[in-house]
Amino acid sequence: MLLDVQDLRVEFRTRDGIARAVNGVSYGVDAGETLAVLGESGSGKSVTAQAVMGILDTPPGRITGGRILFRGRDLLTLPEDARRAVRGAEMAMVFQDALSALNPVLTVGDQLAEMFTVHRGMSRRDARARAVELMDRVRIPAARQRAGQYPHQFSGGMRQRIMIAMAIALEPALIIADEPTTALDVTVQAQVMDLLAELRRETGTALVLITHDLGVVADVADRIAVMYAGRIVETAPVHDLYRAPAHPYTRGLLDSIPRLDRKGRELYAIKGLPPGLTALPAGCAFHPRCPRARDLCRTDEPPLFPVAGEGQVAGAGGDGRGAGDGGEARRAWDAGGAGGRRSACHFWRETLDDADISAAV
Amino acid sequence: MTPTSAPLSERAAEPVLEVRDLVKHYPLTGGGLIRRRTGAVRAVDGVSFRLGAGETLGVVGESGCGKSTLARLLVSLERPTAGQIRYRGEDITRLSGRALKAVRRNIQMVFQDPYTSLNPRMTVGDIVGEPYEIHPEVAPRGDRRRRVRELLEVVGLDPGHLNRYPHQFSGGQRQRIGIARGLALRPEIIVADEPVSALDVSVQAQVVNLLAGLQRRFGLAYVFIAHDLSVVRHISDRIGVMYLGRTVETGTDTQIYDHPTHPYTQALLSAVPVPDPAARDRRARILLSGDVPSPADPPSGCRFRTRCWKARERCAVEVPALAVPEAFRDGRTPARHPSACHFAEERRVVPAEGAA
Repeated sequence: MLLDVQDLRVEFRTRDGIARAVNGVSYGVDAGETLAVLGESGSGKSVTAQAVMGILDTPPGRITGGRILFRGRDLLTLPEDARRAVRGAEMAMVFQDALSALNPVLTVGDQLAEMFTVHRGMSRRDARARAVELMDRVRIPAARQRAGQYPHQFSGGMRQRIMIAMAIALEPALIIADEPTTALDVTVQAQVMDLLAELRRETGTALVLITHDLGVVADVADRIAVMYAGRIVETAPVHDLYRAPAHPYTRGLLDSIPRLDRKGRELYAIKGLPPGLTALPAGCAFHPRCPRARDLCRTDEPPLFPVAGEGQVAGAGGDGRGAGDGGEARRAWDAGGAGGRRSACHFWRETLDDADISAAV
Repeated sequence: MTPTSAPLSERAAEPVLEVRDLVKHYPLTGGGLIRRRTGAVRAVDGVSFRLGAGETLGVVGESGCGKSTLARLLVSLERPTAGQIRYRGEDITRLSGRALKAVRRNIQMVFQDPYTSLNPRMTVGDIVGEPYEIHPEVAPRGDRRRRVRELLEVVGLDPGHLNRYPHQFSGGQRQRIGIARGLALRPEIIVADEPVSALDVSVQAQVVNLLAGLQRRFGLAYVFIAHDLSVVRHISDRIGVMYLGRTVETGTDTQIYDHPTHPYTQALLSAVPVPDPAARDRRARILLSGDVPSPADPPSGCRFRTRCWKARERCAVEVPALAVPEAFRDGRTPARHPSACHFAEERRVVPAEGAA
């Protein structure tokens, strides 16, 4: 496993108290794999990514627990200079808002070249040549001339290409893309996602795609992890999850999006609002909004149960707590349910059956 | 949308709103002491449509296509450079003073950003009740508090929160406040510019349902402007697709989504990610090259030709009219709807429903 996040916990000190943004998140990404992390605002999806990248603002943020294993090393225990060598060279990030992520007073050529002078110790002239090559590779027309321009002189789609060029510059093993196309128009989004997919095919880079868009996930991801209130509530191979979600929140999300291919009547709407992170509900954080909630859900926080698919029996008897810190738990985690499916719902079986029924109708 | 190509739609009753050849150009001036006019941003450049009572017209297009300028023109926040906006038969573009005020009462707007469109220093009660200050004839002073409470209830907010401030509400709740304000004067038409774009998926569904419910309850007509094609299909009876200030194709939701004939519409629809991984391999993507040209210097002829894979010489010299293409004029096919393309062809780009 290339990246293995284990039981990560992040808190923020705020005026209203401690906000528990990430509450025991575990996920893994294999080399060459695309994992989509799906969630709404405040679900902790970006904070998790920032912790992995080592760009979390501390303070006010604080990592209070867990491990982030990258190629077997725990990044959280590395000294800062070693961490710095990893960042950019071995893992890189693409941000949502390229205009604020790029330096406005440096030309894009200089910013790209900096990757090579700093990390590879290249001469300025060589680095510059590599920068132009990169811009060509992400298909920016007239790359040589445009390398001398500033970020504001590029369109949104072109700026996002520059971000991608910067991310792939040192051929990292992992790219984390945080809502890379959210600010773009659909036709430009399609161009950028297409470029990302092509580069990944060529280089075999693993991708963690952070998004709120169920459509984008369906297009590119191998696996998906759905986050809610700082926890992963469901994780599954992407086909399985869309066919039959095993968590009521996922089910609700899928039912609440209008579809391009049909004219809906009333949309299903998940009632209420996501909880405040300073005062998370007891038990399952989703229970105040859940149509399936019972007494158990109000008191007992559900672990990530392995989910057995069609006709299979769940392994491990359902205790997936601890999220795999050690050989045995790790194997159980990998085994999961069918294809490593897991759901943090006491009633995942019923939820799954529901989905099957509605799919059959 | 033009009189010759009146919609096939059965509900083509007397329109409450009719827009004819609407144009809005923003002048560009050179620097220097004397502000000489050097050109114009042609934000809206000849848009026509009709909106029936209780009907929803969806307007889709990407950034810079002029859809937000269109919204501002419709609610008289901007004066058009040319063209007409007829409300119940009367052209409102030249009205002023009391007459304009009376019309504005009936055409209200809901804005995109629930964070900046509400005054942070006013309570919710004052925000929703403010329209009554401007149009006191709608509600007598003593009655306003009660009306505001009613409005809050109608949009699903707690009437007890009358004295709270906008920052005490979530994004979805703030959008409800904006909608309540839009409803205060009991308008006939609501122009909604990207009303759900800033909201999370689960909250977006709540607001979309609210808008649909209000339409049924009060018989509202909507001009629903958005870039999200799925949301637009969900809520609209008819749809107009805009590109660089012009309408390129218009029709019912089935005509546009299942039988598009304009290459831009086809590219746009094919680019929308569909939440169905099984459709991944079945879908043909039309990837456009390049970016949208500047509206200050639009291409000659057909404005889409610089990014169109079908473009030929004719496209550069002759502006395609928005009319039913000749090829479909006789048939009773759903492809028979106005499309501004010299080489219009039907092409299905959205996978058929339930194929998964």
